[in-house]
Amino acid sequence: MNNYMIYLNSKRCIGCHGCEVHCKTNKGLPVGPILCEISHDPLKSVKGIPKTEFNFRSCYHCDDPFCVPICPTEAMIKREDGIVYIDQDKCIGCMACAGACPWSIPQLNPDTNKAVKCDYCMDRVDNGKRPACVTKCTTHALKFVTLNEVGI
Amino acid sequence: MKKSVYSMCGMCTVRCPIRVEAEDNKVTWIEGNQHLLGGALCAKGSAGPALVADSERPQQPLIRDGGRGAGRWKEVSWHTAYDYISDKLKKIKKEHGPESVVLSSRGGPWQNMYKTFIHAFGSPNYTNHDNTCGRNTHHASLSLNGVGRTGFAYDIKNSKHLVLFGRNMFASLKIPENLQTMDMLDNGGRLTYVDVRQTMTGLKASRFFQVRPGTDYALALGMTHEIIKRGLFDKKFIDQYVSGFDELCSFIEQYTPAWAAKECGVKEKAILNFVDEVAEDMPNVIFHPGWNLSRYKDSFYASRALHILNVLMGNIEIKGGLIIPKGPGDCGAKGIQGLDCPKPDIKRADGVGWKYKHFDKGPGLAHLFFDAMEKHDPYPVKAWIAMRHDPFTSMPDPQQQKRYFDNCDLLVSIDTHYSEFGWYSDIILPESTYLERDNPICVQKGPKPRLAVRRKAVEPEFDTKPAWEIFKQLADRLDIGDYFPYKTIEELYEWQLKPTGFSIDDFKEKGFVSLTDDPVMFDRDKLDGQFKTPSGKIEIISKKLDDAGLPSLLAYESPNKPPKGMFRLVYGRAAVHSHGHTINNPLLHELMPKNSLWINKKVAAKLGVEEDDVVDVIAANGVTERVRAHVTEFIHPEAVYTVHGFGRQIPLQTKAYHAGMSDQKLMVGKLDDWDKAGGAINLCEAFVQVRRSPRNPKRRVEL
Ligand code: SF4
Ligand code: SF4
Ligand code: SF4
Ligand code: SF4
Repeated sequence: MNNYMIYLNSKRCIGCHGCEVHCKTNKGLPVGPILCEISHDPLKSVKGIPKTEFNFRSCYHCDDPFCVPICPTEAMIKREDGIVYIDQDKCIGCMACAGACPWSIPQLNPDTNKAVKCDYCMDRVDNGKRPACVTKCTTHALKFVTLNEVGI
Repeated sequence: MKKSVYSMCGMCTVRCPIRVEAEDNKVTWIEGNQHLLGGALCAKGSAGPALVADSERPQQPLIRDGGRGAGRWKEVSWHTAYDYISDKLKKIKKEHGPESVVLSSRGGPWQNMYKTFIHAFGSPNYTNHDNTCGRNTHHASLSLNGVGRTGFAYDIKNSKHLVLFGRNMFASLKIPENLQTMDMLDNGGRLTYVDVRQTMTGLKASRFFQVRPGTDYALALGMTHEIIKRGLFDKKFIDQYVSGFDELCSFIEQYTPAWAAKECGVKEKAILNFVDEVAEDMPNVIFHPGWNLSRYKDSFYASRALHILNVLMGNIEIKGGLIIPKGPGDCGAKGIQGLDCPKPDIKRADGVGWKYKHFDKGPGLAHLFFDAMEKHDPYPVKAWIAMRHDPFTSMPDPQQQKRYFDNCDLLVSIDTHYSEFGWYSDIILPESTYLERDNPICVQKGPKPRLAVRRKAVEPEFDTKPAWEIFKQLADRLDIGDYFPYKTIEELYEWQLKPTGFSIDDFKEKGFVSLTDDPVMFDRDKLDGQFKTPSGKIEIISKKLDDAGLPSLLAYESPNKPPKGMFRLVYGRAAVHSHGHTINNPLLHELMPKNSLWINKKVAAKLGVEEDDVVDVIAANGVTERVRAHVTEFIHPEAVYTVHGFGRQIPLQTKAYHAGMSDQKLMVGKLDDWDKAGGAINLCEAFVQVRRSPRNPKRRVEL
C-alpha cells in the first residue's frame, strides 16, 4: 500500500516548470533526465476565455510495479511505504526498467550511466521534510499527501 | 563543510529572498526564504548552481585583442585590468572632461554605488536600463501622484479584483506578487486580463479582453467613462486629494464603452459587465499600472489612465489597495548609511533635467546619449561603462548602436556573463555570480519595511570579483577612494549599519531585519504631503506636463494598422528565462532552447505557414531573423509575438549562439521611436513581414 502521493492543484499551477528544475538540482542531475514533467492540455475556450488544465507526472510508484521484477540486479526496490527507488550502487544502467515501465519513467543519468527516477525524495521525506518539487513550487500548487494521515 | 546562508536570488531583478545550502564549496540546495516565501522559487532560481558552474562565462578580466566584436581576447590580471581602465579614464577626462563618461546599470537597490562612482569621477551621466522597461509607468505615476513607480505597494492578497493590462505576471514572475495573486484568487477574487494574446496569466483570468495591438489606452478610457458615468468613484478622496477631476469628466465623455469596444475589437457588453464587477468590488480593485510598458506610442498615457483608475477607486492607503511604502523612519527606526556623492553641476548629456525637464533626473534616458556621441552636442561622450546592462539586447537596432558606440574611446562591460555589449567592448570585468558574492545591505520599503542583504554561499569558481570590490579598486586608482569608505565587505556592512544599532549578525536568523511587526498604515485623512507634485495634490492635469507643452489627457489616436502583408512585432517573457542573460544556462536552455514566432492561425493559413515551419521574419530594411512558427488561434491577427532575449551572437556561448530570433535586431531605425511624454522607447512599434522560409527542408537526399 502506498503511503504517499503528490497532488497538483491545477488552479494554482502556472506551468512555470520550476518543479522540474527544483527536482534536478536537488538530485544534482545534468542536462538530460527530467524526473517530473509539467504538461498542459490544448487550450479550450471556457465562457470566452481560453483555458487549460496542467498535469504533473513523476513516477506512479505503482502498487505492483513492472520495473521492479525486471531489474537483473535487484537495484529497483519497492519500500514498505510504497516508494519505488533505485539503489544506485546496484544499478548497472541496463535500462530494463525503462522498457518495462508502461510510461518509460526511469531515465539514464549520463553522468553516472545509471538509471534515475523519482523516489519521492525519500532522503528528505525520511528526515521529515517534503520533496524538493513540493517544497519549492513557485505558487505552492503541489502538495505532498501522506495517505494514512488523511485516513484513506 | 556544510553551511546554510540566507541571501537574495540574482537570476532576475526581482531578487527573491532565498536560503542556500552549500557543502565543500558547492551549492546543494536553494529555496525561497521560508519566512517570506514559504520555500517558493522559480525554475531560474533553482538553476543558479548551473550558472556558477557554467564555464562559458568570462573567467578572468579580458582585454580586447582585435577589432571590436571580433571576439579575440587577452586574459589579464585584475591589476592590469584596473590599471587599463583607470589610465584610459584619466586620459579621456583630461581630453574631453569627466562628463564625457557615461555609466549605465540595470538599476536596482545598489545603484547608489555606481552613481557614487560616476559622480565622484565628475560626470553627471548615470543611466540605467529603465528606458526599455518601466520608465513610462514611472513617469506616469510621477506626473499624477508625484511619486514614482515604486511609490505604491500593491496589496493584491487582500484585494477583490486585480486588473492587468499586458502584465503577464505568471511568466514575468515576481514570486511574492504571484503568491499574493493566487491567494486572492483562492479567496474568490477576480482577475481581469487584457492582452493581444492568451498567456499564462490570462489562463487564470475570470475575464479576458483580447484587444487589437496598441489599443490598451482606448480600453482604459472606455472603462473610465463608464466608471465615472455610474458614479463609481470615491468622492471624498477626490475632493480631499485630487485636482483636475472635472477636466477628466469632460474629457472622458466622448470615450464610451461602445466606442472602446469597437476600437479594441472586444464586446461592449463585456466592458459593461466588467464595470458591474467593479461596482461590487470597489474600493478593493487594483488596476496594475504596468511594468515593462515601453511598448506603444501612447503607453505612457495608458499607464496614466490606469493610475487614474486607481485614484477613482480611492484605493490608496487601504487594505487591499495601493499602500504607500514605509521606510525605517515611519517605524521609528533609523535607516542605513548609503554610499553617496552629489551629482556634479553639469548638464546631462542626454538632455534630461534641462532640455527635458519633465523626466526624472536620477537615471535619465540611456537612448538619448547617442546624439551626444555622434554630434558632440552638448558635448562629446567618449566612454561607456555598462554595469550589468546590455544596451545591445535591451535597446533596438544594435547595428545602429554600434555605429554610435564607435565614437567612444572606451567601452567597459562589468557582468557575470558575456553580454552582447560586452562582446563588442574593449574590456570585460567578470563579476562573481550572485551565489559567489556579497552585496551591500539594502532597505526594502513597504507596509512592513525591512533591511535585507545578499551573502555569498560559495567562493568564486573562477577569477571573478564582486562589484563592491571592483568599484573600490577603480575608485582608489582614480583618487576618489574616499567615497568608498571600506576595505572589506565587513567594514562596509559595519559602516552601513552604524546609525541603525543593528549588526550584520542580526541578519543570520531570518536573512533580513524587520523594522516593524505589523504593517504601518498612514491615517487616510492625513495623506497631505505624500503626493509630491507641484501642487501637493494628485494632479490629473499635471503642471509638469503642462510646462513641457504636453497634454495631461491625450486625445486618443488609433494605432496604425500594419501595412498589407506585415505584422506588429510584440515581445514578452517566458517563466524560465530572464531576457538575454539566462539563455546559455544549461538547465534553462534544456527547458527552452529557442523562442518561436506566434502567428494567428487564419493568417498563417493564408501564408501557407504551418506549426513548426521555419519562417523568415523580415524588417523594413531587409534584416531577417529565422525562427520556427507557433501557429495558434490565441493571438490577434495583426500581431506576431516572440520571447525576447534570444538570437544571441556570442560564439563562446555555444548553447545560446544563434538559437532562436532576436526581436531587437528587427527594430531597425527604432532607436528614435521613443515616447516624448513618458521617455521610454516604443518597443512594439515595429512592423515585420513574415513568410514561409525557403530554408524549410524540401527533399531528403539520403535513403
Ligand atoms: S513549480 Fe508549481 S506552478 Fe510551476 S509548473 Fe511546477 S507545479 Fe506548476
Ligand atoms: S517506474 Fe514505471 S513501473 Fe516503476 S513504479 Fe514508476 S511508474 Fe510504475
Ligand atoms: S518527489 Fe523528488 S524525485 Fe520525485 S519529482 Fe519531486 S523532486 Fe523529483
Ligand atoms: S523570480 Fe525567480 S529568478 Fe527572479 S528573483 Fe525570484 S526566484 Fe530568482
